[in-house]
Amino acid sequence: MSMWVDKYRPRSLDELDYHKDMAQNLKHLVKSPDFPHLLVYGPSGAGKKTRIAAILRELYGPGADRVRIQRQAFDTPSKKKIEITTYSSNYHIEVNPSEVGFQDRVVVQELIKHVAETHPLDQHPFKVIVLQEVDRLSKDAQDALRRTMEKYISSCRLILCALSTSRVTPAIQSRCLPLRVAAPSKNQIVKVLQIVSKKEGIIMPLELADRISDSADGNLRRAILMLESCRAEKYPFVDKQPIVEPDWEKYLRETAFIIVQEQSPQRLLLVRERLYELLCHCIPADLIFRGLLKELVKNCDNQLKAEVCAEAARCQWRSTRGSKTIIHIEEFVAKFMAIYKRFIEQAMMADDFDD
Amino acid sequence: MDAFLKTGKLGKSAGRSSESAVSGVAGSQKESKKKSWPVPWVEKYRPRNIDDVVQQEEVVAVLGKILTGADLPNLLFYGPPGTGKTSTILAAARQLFGDNYKERILELNASDERGISVIREKVKKFSQQTASATLPDGRPCPPFKLIILDEADAMTVAAQSALRRTMEKETKSTRFCLLCNYLSRIIPPITSRCSKFRFKPLKDDLILQRLEKICSEEGVRFESGVLKSLIKACEGDLRRAITSLQSCHRLKGKDHVLTIVDVEELSGLVPLERIEELFTACQTGNYDKVDEVVEKMSRNGLPAAKVLDQFFHFVLESGELTDAQKAKIFQKISECNFRLMDGGSEYLQLMDLGTTIMLSVA
Repeated sequence: MSMWVDKYRPRSLDELDYHKDMAQNLKHLVKSPDFPHLLVYGPSGAGKKTRIAAILRELYGPGADRVRIQRQAFDTPSKKKIEITTYSSNYHIEVNPSEVGFQDRVVVQELIKHVAETHPLDQHPFKVIVLQEVDRLSKDAQDALRRTMEKYISSCRLILCALSTSRVTPAIQSRCLPLRVAAPSKNQIVKVLQIVSKKEGIIMPLELADRISDSADGNLRRAILMLESCRAEKYPFVDKQPIVEPDWEKYLRETAFIIVQEQSPQRLLLVRERLYELLCHCIPADLIFRGLLKELVKNCDNQLKAEVCAEAARCQWRSTRGSKTIIHIEEFVAKFMAIYKRFIEQAMMADDFDD
Repeated sequence: MDAFLKTGKLGKSAGRSSESAVSGVAGSQKESKKKSWPVPWVEKYRPRNIDDVVQQEEVVAVLGKILTGADLPNLLFYGPPGTGKTSTILAAARQLFGDNYKERILELNASDERGISVIREKVKKFSQQTASATLPDGRPCPPFKLIILDEADAMTVAAQSALRRTMEKETKSTRFCLLCNYLSRIIPPITSRCSKFRFKPLKDDLILQRLEKICSEEGVRFESGVLKSLIKACEGDLRRAITSLQSCHRLKGKDHVLTIVDVEELSGLVPLERIEELFTACQTGNYDKVDEVVEKMSRNGLPAAKVLDQFFHFVLESGELTDAQKAKIFQKISECNFRLMDGGSEYLQLMDLGTTIMLSVA
């Protein structure tokens, strides 16, 4: 039994539930003889991969769904072997080059050359290479991609997938057709949730769908997962049915609360433990920063909010440069404590003065 | 019997001829298919000879002299993307060496392995070969080969150093042409061995001319003002303008009349309303409002780098802000942009900028 997210994933461009204009345009594109390189970007859970899969299916028919997982090995110039997981059908190959860290350039170069050398089966004029997380590619790899994209255009096309185009070099952007996949609106999520529950044969009150889509943050995958876990928790649904939120979010909120409660070195130690706990469960640092910031600023005035915000932005940036993220998160927490404590003390002094 | 044999023969020969006819047809079909195979417009409208190159008069003048017999120095072209660096040198090579110019040039770019070992082996070997002073068809041509190092600023310093001596030693048989975006990333010993040419960003009216020509040849229909907004979006990068134009055309189908909205969407431009929305949210001095707008932006998948970029122009042209305020905001924009490129989170950087503006305007 598969998860609902996978079970009810639209398979073709016609089945897509929202961004129908784009689906129409994509159909034009697939039919036209010259298919360009694509750069698909948008927040997570907006349906980038679903759209890519639908495009592939539209191009190649159901054969594109038969995917096998392989480990491919590449040699670096210094004769070191690196391995990467690829997902491929007869027509396309999907890979996430950032898996191999700074060696991603080799993967990009070798893989594309390798794929472009062999001609595709049947009458299809080209194969497709899907690269995930292009915004995490190193500068070298992106440079390597530039010319390769032009050189092998006769036998392969690239579909690049990224969260945002900010870190994709302009040179690559100018060689691709950009497709922005915006997150679905609240109503769209509600609609999809209704469709899913109808297909699943469960009765869902509108109020619950509303609340789920509110807390899903425009992430459709998350919304459907929440629906499924609600169903698992209690069915038939009752009034005020609690929505199951990811544990770590609750945990993070509590952590923020602890920080606001008291500012002292002992508290910092306690917080450190909790931060380690979060990091151990593979919660990415930028989500932690974001979550903490959102909670922490609730108790500040404007001036303070700006200060905290600036600190968060600085520490998060530095955390991507260093190798140990915990140090930077802790720095942020300590900074916040200092700022907040000063603010409270000033307020108290002002109070004393008034008295 | 005779008749049968004859008919048999006839049938056979007829069959054969029809077969050959079929294969002939198939062959020609294949050929025509190959011929009609669509080329990206960027390649299709690449200048064929150097006089087609727009705007870069100095380079064209120098290359023109070389075509009439003057000596070719080692060249270093630098300038922003899409200004015609690769096109210029390829067009010049075509004119110098005729249609078989590919045999006379070695084109290496960042996608090829270009470490120090390749410079030592491949480049050295190629540069040591001598070239004859006549082409296969008997025409005279300069007795050297051309090594084009595209995207030279992506080469390592070690590889660049390895190039130094090779460049000097093999001047008899080889000329180098380095193309790069940033001159500062080329080591000085290399720059001093080349004559440098700066490629300027293309002027708007020149891009307009080109785009109009392409549109009329490809039968693209568009609303008035579309080309203008396209040019604005591409910031002097002709390649980007042409690609965007073609993307729009492909995505919307042949009969669609292009509108400004299409162009904005496909050139990755953030709509002006969004920028204004962010600014007014900052003006209210309400943190939650700013948070809401930034959240909305990231949900819509608007790339933060583009937002920063356009916000910069917006602030620059804004009449409400004093110079001091602008300076403060610009400083923050540059800081945020740097951090963003360096791996910072989009949401946090935009929030940082937003709150800074909030404080400085309120």
